Amino acid sequence: MLIINFLVRSGVLALALVCASAFASAATVAQRSLANGMNVIVKEDHRSPVAVSMVWYRAGSMDEVSGTTGVAHMLEHMMFKGTSKVPAGEFSRTVARAGGRENAFTSRDYTAYYEQLHKSRLPLALELEADRMVNLSFAEEEFAKESKVVMEERRSRTDDDPHSRLHEQMMATAYISHPYRSPVIGWMNDLQNMRIADARGWYEKWYAPNNATLVVAGDVDPEEVFRLAEKYFGPIPSRALPERKVQIEPRQFGVKRITIKVPAELPYLLMAYHAPALRDVENDREPYALFVLNGILDGSDASRLNRELVRNSRVANSANSNYDLINRGPALFFLDGVPADGKSVADVEAALREQIRLLVEKGISDDELMRVKAQITAAQVYARDSVYFQAMRIGMLQTIGLPYDSSDLQVKKLQEVTADQVREVARKYLVDDNLTVAVLDPQPLAGGKRPRPNPEGVGRDQR
Amino acid sequence: MTSASERILKVMLTIACAIVTATADATLPIQQWQTAKGARVLFVETHDLPMLDLAVDFPAGASRDAPNKSGLASLTLGLMRSGAGAFGEDEISERLAAVGADMGGRFDMDRAGYGLRSLSSARERDEALALLAAVLQKPTFPQQSFEREQQRMLAGLKEAETRPEVLADREFRRLLYGEHPYSQRGSGEVETVAKLRREDLVDFYRRHFTADDAVVSIIGDLTRSEAGAIAEQLTAGLARRSQPLPALPPVAQLNMARTSRIAHPATQAHILIGQPGVKRLDPDYFPLFLGNYVLGGGGFSSRLNEEIRQKRGYAYSAYSYFNPLALEGPFQVAVQTKKETAEDALKVARDTLAKFVSEGPTQQELDAAKQNIIGGFPLRIDSNKKIQDYLSIIGFYRLPLTYLDDFPVQIERVTLEQIKEAWRRRISPERMATVVVAGEDSH
Repeated sequence: MLIINFLVRSGVLALALVCASAFASAATVAQRSLANGMNVIVKEDHRSPVAVSMVWYRAGSMDEVSGTTGVAHMLEHMMFKGTSKVPAGEFSRTVARAGGRENAFTSRDYTAYYEQLHKSRLPLALELEADRMVNLSFAEEEFAKESKVVMEERRSRTDDDPHSRLHEQMMATAYISHPYRSPVIGWMNDLQNMRIADARGWYEKWYAPNNATLVVAGDVDPEEVFRLAEKYFGPIPSRALPERKVQIEPRQFGVKRITIKVPAELPYLLMAYHAPALRDVENDREPYALFVLNGILDGSDASRLNRELVRNSRVANSANSNYDLINRGPALFFLDGVPADGKSVADVEAALREQIRLLVEKGISDDELMRVKAQITAAQVYARDSVYFQAMRIGMLQTIGLPYDSSDLQVKKLQEVTADQVREVARKYLVDDNLTVAVLDPQPLAGGKRPRPNPEGVGRDQR
Repeated sequence: MTSASERILKVMLTIACAIVTATADATLPIQQWQTAKGARVLFVETHDLPMLDLAVDFPAGASRDAPNKSGLASLTLGLMRSGAGAFGEDEISERLAAVGADMGGRFDMDRAGYGLRSLSSARERDEALALLAAVLQKPTFPQQSFEREQQRMLAGLKEAETRPEVLADREFRRLLYGEHPYSQRGSGEVETVAKLRREDLVDFYRRHFTADDAVVSIIGDLTRSEAGAIAEQLTAGLARRSQPLPALPPVAQLNMARTSRIAHPATQAHILIGQPGVKRLDPDYFPLFLGNYVLGGGGFSSRLNEEIRQKRGYAYSAYSYFNPLALEGPFQVAVQTKKETAEDALKVARDTLAKFVSEGPTQQELDAAKQNIIGGFPLRIDSNKKIQDYLSIIGFYRLPLTYLDDFPVQIERVTLEQIKEAWRRRISPERMATVVVAGEDSH
């Protein structure tokens, strides 16, 4: 797992969300806009008597300003802390009593809230979501406790995880101006200084129906969902949204390198190249070629990095690439690796650069290209097994500004990528002037000795 | 305001409706049979999506490792895809990718196996199944691949030893299970993995991956006769076992409280509290499971979350669970909190547990738990993947074929008294194993 783009209110779904790169088919999707500007999108899937409701806000950590990083995620937590109608904690208990599961997640680009329930309980989810879109309480005492919870979340996700830390430092180095440089969870100092007014300000700024999309997927009738959406969200007035300023990362003028020293056993190398994200589904070419390139390098055990670095040359214990074309902001193409015993990060970097050289000089084979395309085709079918991921895909596309029903077109465009296009994007983007290199330099644990497998020497008491 | 009796009536009606709905929705036509060589097969036919999910599992999990060869079971499983029949390592991966199939190892304390997700169209399906059939029945365990994977495993173990959550988990297993096989981690230990040889893998495979012990679980776009042929294809080449696998020794309950503290520079303490818990086929399973929803399994509705996170802001994560296995798998309470609040959080967790065991849930809590578990039952089986996981469990642990249909009914039947009685008898707050890594006074 290379990138932690999402924060989830409780950890269970984090990994699944990171894996949500599959392409759900948009064959039976209905869309309508309410008079207040709220988008409603319904995906029918009648295999099981369940429904998922998701409310997506186009407000993520990239909309934050310096000094209040983490406020998008903090507000996500506060959304469970009571409204004028529903006391703190009652949201979760009400959904639970209805047999439902609920949670929320914040990314750089958006914040979303969801409930999974038996289809008969869908109205309850919509009623509760509409209520907290406008009636949030902001009790000082709840805020004080919840900000402690978020600081614990930060310790757990980032401060005590060496790879996460390296990734956080990488983002802050690769970007010098774009807000993607700050972590979604926020810098600890900003969390410590966050005030309830910051969270309230965020809510008042962004939580409006005309900045939201409701996605419902499952065993539902679109007309009935539109009717319910009108009933619960229709009365909420739209609001003027703040101007969103275009933020463009300044050009990079040469390779950037950082090292972080933290307690760990193995070194770790992370490389990131600036690359474009998808903006125009119909006419863009390069993001699709980069996506295929990622599959060539790291789509499966058959991909190049595993085959060459891990299995053949055995320079690395693991080697990965990562590229996400669905972003509101700019993209990065990542390469990473953990050196094998007796090898160094320099060896791994040299091996990764050799793979880039081979791509640029010799291109890719027809077989490799065919394999990546076969995996994309299959993934599109597999994604339909999960109602949740179908809703996720639709909400993500709509919220970042791409057509919600463009999944099929994206897959078609990916199938059209040629070997030459893959080689060309490697040549154009995987170059030093685009590159940031981050190295984890492992430090011994306290006292220079590692805890023993059977810690006889450590303090132990019995009760 | 409604009166208490009205409220109870309303709750009962809600539960009754939920059961009717859940049961009506839930009926899963599971077909079961044996292959020619005696492997158990469970199959659900569904043609909604042009794909299939299947798995073949064996009693070859971490508990089957000899103590001096801990790590062997997982290394054996992993190496099976590094060469099989006429297929080399790269060829297996490339051919699977070429048909868009996902094949992966599945491993826990009891079970080891391979799962496969494939398109159901003939070309893709046949190729994917041919590869899985070879991996299951003709693994070659190439020496070179063995050495490489052994080295990677050792590196992973050394890295893991620096992680507080790994240290906590290992010590917790040791306190709970002592010398019992359930004390062993699938990953093994540096000392045991370093001594493994290729012959160990060949021997482990021969003894554990037999047709008699195989469980094949299949769901997807197949007819019964196609599923039958697939089950034969995946098991006909497996060996018959010469004698049944030895039974695991019984799990002993803890006779006294034990606490371990391990120093670590992490910012957060990792706190684990627990005991050997419950078996898969255990008459107390439902009262314990339902009670645990109230204690720490019900997310934001649970007492542990309420006391530790929502009331005090001590932790992002605070929960408890039972992991039912062939024998008594762990019951575990887990909290992560910054060093400074570790002792307070530990005390709150212990007090919350002790109070729950001594008093049990309230009627209101029990109603809410039933409403969630019964009302939410359809969510447990709303995808092929989830159903396939249940098929595997039902087959492996020999649960009744009606297990899923019975599940909401079993939950509904549990009474407050049964929960109190089962928890008092099975869970002893005064005899808990406790592990604190990176606690306040340890660094």
